[in-house]
Amino acid sequence: MSEAIQDDKVIVFKLKDEEYGIPIENVGSIERIFNITRVPRAPKFVKGVMNLRGVITPIIDLRERFGLEQIEQTESTRIIIINVDGKSIGVVVDAANDVVDVPHDIVEPSPEVVGSINADYIRGVAKVDQRLLILLNLDKVLSEEEFEQLSTID
Amino acid sequence: MESNQYLDVFIDESKENLQVVNDGLLELEKEPTNLSIVDEIFRAAHTLKGMSATMGYDDLSDLTHKMENVLDAIRHEKVSVNSDVMDVLLNSVEYLEDMTADIAEGGNGSMNVGTVVSQLKAIEAGEAIPDKYTTEAANESAATTTNDEPKTSSSNTLTVDQFEQTVLEQAKIDGQSVYHITVSLSEDCLLKVARVYMVFEVLEQSGEVIKSVPTVDELENEEFDQSFDIILVTSDNEDDLQAKIMKVSEVREVTIQPFDAEANQSIQEQEQSSDESESDEQSETPQKNESNDNGGEQKKAAGNKTIRVNIERLDALMNLFEEMVIDRGRLEQISEELNHNDLKGTVERISRISGDLQNIILTMRMVPIEQVFNRFPRMVRQLTRELGKDIDMQIEGAETELDRTVIDEIGDPLVHLIRNAVDHGIETPEERKSKGKPGQGKMLLKAFHSGNHVFVEIRDDGQGINKEKVLQKAIDNGVVSAEQSSSLSDKQINELILASGFSTAQEISDISGRGVGLDVVKSTIESLGGSIEIESEFGKGTTFSIQLPLTLSIISVMLVVVEQETYAIPLSSIIETAVIKRSEVMKAHNKEVIDFRGHIVPLVDLRNVFEVPKANDDEEDYYSVVVVRKGDQMAGLVVDSFIGQQEIVLKSLGDYLSNVFAISGATILGNGEVALIVDSNALIK
Repeated sequence: MSEAIQDDKVIVFKLKDEEYGIPIENVGSIERIFNITRVPRAPKFVKGVMNLRGVITPIIDLRERFGLEQIEQTESTRIIIINVDGKSIGVVVDAANDVVDVPHDIVEPSPEVVGSINADYIRGVAKVDQRLLILLNLDKVLSEEEFEQLSTID
Repeated sequence: MESNQYLDVFIDESKENLQVVNDGLLELEKEPTNLSIVDEIFRAAHTLKGMSATMGYDDLSDLTHKMENVLDAIRHEKVSVNSDVMDVLLNSVEYLEDMTADIAEGGNGSMNVGTVVSQLKAIEAGEAIPDKYTTEAANESAATTTNDEPKTSSSNTLTVDQFEQTVLEQAKIDGQSVYHITVSLSEDCLLKVARVYMVFEVLEQSGEVIKSVPTVDELENEEFDQSFDIILVTSDNEDDLQAKIMKVSEVREVTIQPFDAEANQSIQEQEQSSDESESDEQSETPQKNESNDNGGEQKKAAGNKTIRVNIERLDALMNLFEEMVIDRGRLEQISEELNHNDLKGTVERISRISGDLQNIILTMRMVPIEQVFNRFPRMVRQLTRELGKDIDMQIEGAETELDRTVIDEIGDPLVHLIRNAVDHGIETPEERKSKGKPGQGKMLLKAFHSGNHVFVEIRDDGQGINKEKVLQKAIDNGVVSAEQSSSLSDKQINELILASGFSTAQEISDISGRGVGLDVVKSTIESLGGSIEIESEFGKGTTFSIQLPLTLSIISVMLVVVEQETYAIPLSSIIETAVIKRSEVMKAHNKEVIDFRGHIVPLVDLRNVFEVPKANDDEEDYYSVVVVRKGDQMAGLVVDSFIGQQEIVLKSLGDYLSNVFAISGATILGNGEVALIVDSNALIK
């Protein structure tokens, strides 16, 4: 992640009670959830695949990924299509409805106590207008091991 | 350099020409006395030389030139064809191929070819360099082959021989004009050859070049000063021609005058009576490389009606068409729901037309497997010489067509299998004789269509697979356990050699045992949606049989429902579907099996394999079974219901999910949902 990206706009999404941010450059689109086809024997956090305008796109359940409890889909459930390394992946989030400017200087390193979440995922924490945003490191959300795991399931 | 725009064409054509040379040489080896083959090789080599010289690839043209000299010597029976000569020639072709490949990859095609060049020279010099020819036939080209004779390129007159005379007369009868054109290039011209090439291009568009002085050969080698002369038959007029030629940059002057064929008639006659005739009032330069020139010209003139299309464009077309197939599915569904007659009729028509369109697009991407097969005879020949074996390789069905994508991928596995057959399959001549077999081994490479598939077989009459040894090795290497091994069929044992972690070669040889086993072959073929089988009889030989899909992108499938989920099973692997009473299901070895037309077929419940969440626990009285096969083996896939047959576009699951068990891909159904494609091969053990 370059410095320039760091103080750019982020898309804010909700997962349980917390708000997360991902750089807008990495976001392809935000979709409503529909017709996900389950992929048998895939890792649990892979919710399945979806037809995204003719492209088969894998969908990751971030709640499962972060070890949060499952909830029913709601009106506000969204899939954020993110592009990492030229590949598209959809992540399921509780809600996505905001774009926030995060000035570079207010980003603080992630606190040590982040519960079950591997601190690697987190680039930093920013406090913007009384909201605490957890900025994600997309490369790490699907970390190397995860990529490997994903491509060697059988 | 503006020749860049010709680079693609150059590379394609060079490859074609090299292939012709290659095929010709192998042919020649079988029939060393058939000089018409030499002519053909010569022509291809000649074209190649000319093109590479024009493009400025000196090493390439040099080597071709040396080769040409040897070929010429063969043609004039100065050098006899034996396997040493063939070795050197084939070796040169290999160098040429490497150079072309280098150029294709953006290199300059330069290579150290000293050894092979000196070998070629040695062959050529093996006989005295010919000055005179005794045979009548050789007489005609005598003057030309000695390229070193002093040029009088400044000469502005031309003579024509009998054949050319006839052409000229015919042209006059047809109302075309014959011109004698003298083109002078400006003195500071750097790329004379390129200019000549461009001038010829222009001329060939307007008519036919009958003759040039100096010869095309010499022009290509830049063996001329600033000007050259051409006889052209054309229907254009002088001024037009003049203007056209002057458009080529660095042309200083063009003079065009009508060529008087009649006046030449007398010269011609004189010439015939006395070969060295120069008694004409015009000073002459008898440059008569007719056989070469005509050969070259004919090749250019005989353009077949094809165009080269970049494969990317075809891919783009295919992608667009795939989108359309998906929407077609959707349209069909909608019209079914709406039940409107006109709509239905139109949709049916669209379906039919797009079906035809699909056929055309698919066939457009088809290329004969020849492309891949072509390189094998030489490879086998080389291997046999290295290994001291004697193998007669036959190729059948090289014209069989396959999708370009499959062709691109299938080369390496085939190389592997063929090397394997040469190295481990076929024995040395002594060994063969001691076994009472003919000393020369036979290898057959065969391709044929069958249904929606193409089969490629590699058959040898070598020693076959030693089952005990294979089994022992498999147990040693932990590929199978000793208990498992007792229940394996012969076929299964043969197929162990394809298992990963297995390699039977006693010692690692250069040819095949390079640590990469046949498992790579198997996985490549399977990744193409194909399969491989081995039949072998110990002592008699082995047959590898590869089954490949005709195309990779659009396939016919049977859609089935398992609980709430829809899966697609490729039609190619389905034998039939059946509905079977629960009471007819039997148990064997604790597995559910059915009696299917006299065969015991194990049942595989997709619900369990795919861990489908259960919607209800009701046990139904009937099983819906899709009987699939992999080779001789069958399995019955238990599903909930059948939807029907459909053409679908095969899509990959993407990089993240590339290795899901028993799923080979996905497709988008008419309603926009994704259905997974079942890889039934993975379900049959």
